[in-house]
Amino acid sequence: MTDALLYGLAACGLIGLGLYGLIANPAPLRKILAFNIMGGGVFLLAGAIARRGAGAGFGGDPVPQALLITGIVVAFSATALAVALVLRLNAVAGDTTLAEPPPANDD
Amino acid sequence: MTAVAMTTPQGWLLVAAVLLPFIGMMVGLVAGGRHAARVAAVVIIAGLAIAAVTVRAVLDAPQVYLLGGWAPPLGVALRADGLAAAMMAVVAVVIAGIALYARRDFATPPCSAEARAPLAFWLLLLAVWGSLNLVFVSGDLFTLYVGLELLTFAGVPLVCLDGRGETLRAALRYLLFALLGSLLYLLGAVLVYGAYATLDIAMLAQLVQPGVLSWTVLALMTVGLLAKTALFPLHIWLPPAHAGAPAAASAVLSALVVKGSWFLVVRLWFDAMPAVVTFSAAQLLGGLGAAAIVFGSIVALRQKRLKLLVAYSTIAQIGYLFLMFPLAFDVAAGTMLHGGALTGGLLQAASHATAKAGMFMAAGLIYAALGHDRIADLGGVARALPVTVLAFAVAGLALMGVLPSGAYLAKKLLLDAAASGGQWWWTAVLQGGAAFTAGYVVLVLTRALRAPPVPLQLATKVSRLSEFAALGLALLSMLLGFAAAGLPAGLISNPLAPKELLPTLLVVAGGFALAAALARRPLFGDGPWRRLTAAAGTGFENADALLRRWPTASLALIIFAAAFGWLLHTGTPA
Repeated sequence: MTDALLYGLAACGLIGLGLYGLIANPAPLRKILAFNIMGGGVFLLAGAIARRGAGAGFGGDPVPQALLITGIVVAFSATALAVALVLRLNAVAGDTTLAEPPPANDD
Repeated sequence: MTAVAMTTPQGWLLVAAVLLPFIGMMVGLVAGGRHAARVAAVVIIAGLAIAAVTVRAVLDAPQVYLLGGWAPPLGVALRADGLAAAMMAVVAVVIAGIALYARRDFATPPCSAEARAPLAFWLLLLAVWGSLNLVFVSGDLFTLYVGLELLTFAGVPLVCLDGRGETLRAALRYLLFALLGSLLYLLGAVLVYGAYATLDIAMLAQLVQPGVLSWTVLALMTVGLLAKTALFPLHIWLPPAHAGAPAAASAVLSALVVKGSWFLVVRLWFDAMPAVVTFSAAQLLGGLGAAAIVFGSIVALRQKRLKLLVAYSTIAQIGYLFLMFPLAFDVAAGTMLHGGALTGGLLQAASHATAKAGMFMAAGLIYAALGHDRIADLGGVARALPVTVLAFAVAGLALMGVLPSGAYLAKKLLLDAAASGGQWWWTAVLQGGAAFTAGYVVLVLTRALRAPPVPLQLATKVSRLSEFAALGLALLSMLLGFAAAGLPAGLISNPLAPKELLPTLLVVAGGFALAAALARRPLFGDGPWRRLTAAAGTGFENADALLRRWPTASLALIIFAAAFGWLLHTGTPA
């Protein structure tokens, strides 16, 4: 087993775990964590692809490495925005559930 | 898109189109709330000029700019073809219209304290514009991803500008579901790089072959983008987000932001991987669009509040944007073709962007004037706000595709493609869809034209400028059909000929029938039939509530990813 394959399989595992968490966990904070786990899987996959595509004498292909660094920055911003929204929601509404309240307007 | 490995003379326009709004945003942030509106005004005037010059340049030749002089596959190319230039022009015009409308809602008068919402609105408006321009000119799948994420990050705060709990919740739902979609897209992009060692769209078009990897990639990316576009049944986040935002922000979200991810699906299917697409996969995408038209329109008829009605109408109109995919598929060549169907789809996007912005603005003015937007209590508003109701009516007619609207021309082009491709079933969808649109337009107008039970008291006086901005955008959509100068002759015939007049009358009659059958309160009186159809309407509402629950929507996402993958696999001739 090459290390690129090992990393690739680990990436699949992380993506699966994250996807399950995003679907099954009702709490927004857990969804944000699951998003980060899934994102971690995608970045690890980019790392494995960089390793597999390495030229002679290089540790890895630089393009996927550049992609994954940009991807981490984007995921970090997304996490910050999501956490800010959760905090604000908690301050304003007193809870952080995602479920919609029943429509308030009557017929 | 063809691979050009050199910067063209006017390529700098693309950089300017992307950078200018972002520079304006940063200057506005530093200058503060009192000056943000002025900075935005300057940027919008300059941006309109850039969009005009870009369209002029692209008419001669597609423009390319290589960032830092590095050619793909190592470097990043910005490209503008006709598709990109057209979308840039539409977005610039709609942004200008929305800015005129928002001048009073988000003004900071000289002797008042600065508030957060106006500052945020003007900065986010510019951010949405810059991100959309980046999406339109990106030449590779990863820059597209960055543009798409910027668009989401600019769109989400627009949802919760007023900071109420329910809008914060809507924004969070929107953000989390969009992030799920963008991870699926990013996964696809990484897999593509692993197989073909490039993300450049023009290079991929020549490299990509049907196979397990390309099927997986196209399925994952498509479904991720559909989640961001809110194509039925992945519309979990759209109604509360679009209906809860301030009217100007709703107009941005509904007219422009959803077009970003839609445009990416177009790039992916038409430019990056046209040879991977199969007949059955394109049929599924069009089928989801058809389902969105029926479902979105019926649930729109069941709404009690005008802004929610307009939000559900957006779901139906998003469906229209996907009808062109099966019609652009060439069965003989087994690939997606740039042709009449694509032009029709693009025209549909342009006419929806202008009409829907006008419609949301009109709904916002009605809300501001009455202090509520209950559809049942709209009586008398047509007399109190004639220009606003006229704007709503014109926008509605433009969405229905009445001559000479852009949607009419788009429908003609798509009908033409359906006839020449032998896909008669899409003819029925295209003709019938207009009746569904007519349904909710007729409903609102009949309510607005009735006499009020008590004389109407307006809560505030609405701004004339806002009213005419809404009317202007609606009229623009209505007159877009005159852009037909370069299209094949004979496509448009005498509008008063019986052959043309009959479908229009049928559409309006169908709209009346639907509104009478399904509206929440009976339009013409009650009867056993009406009770039966109203029960069916309640069924649609319940189905909508079920589909918009998080587990259902995310499972639908996975099921459709699998379905696309399977149809791409089985549809490919061995």
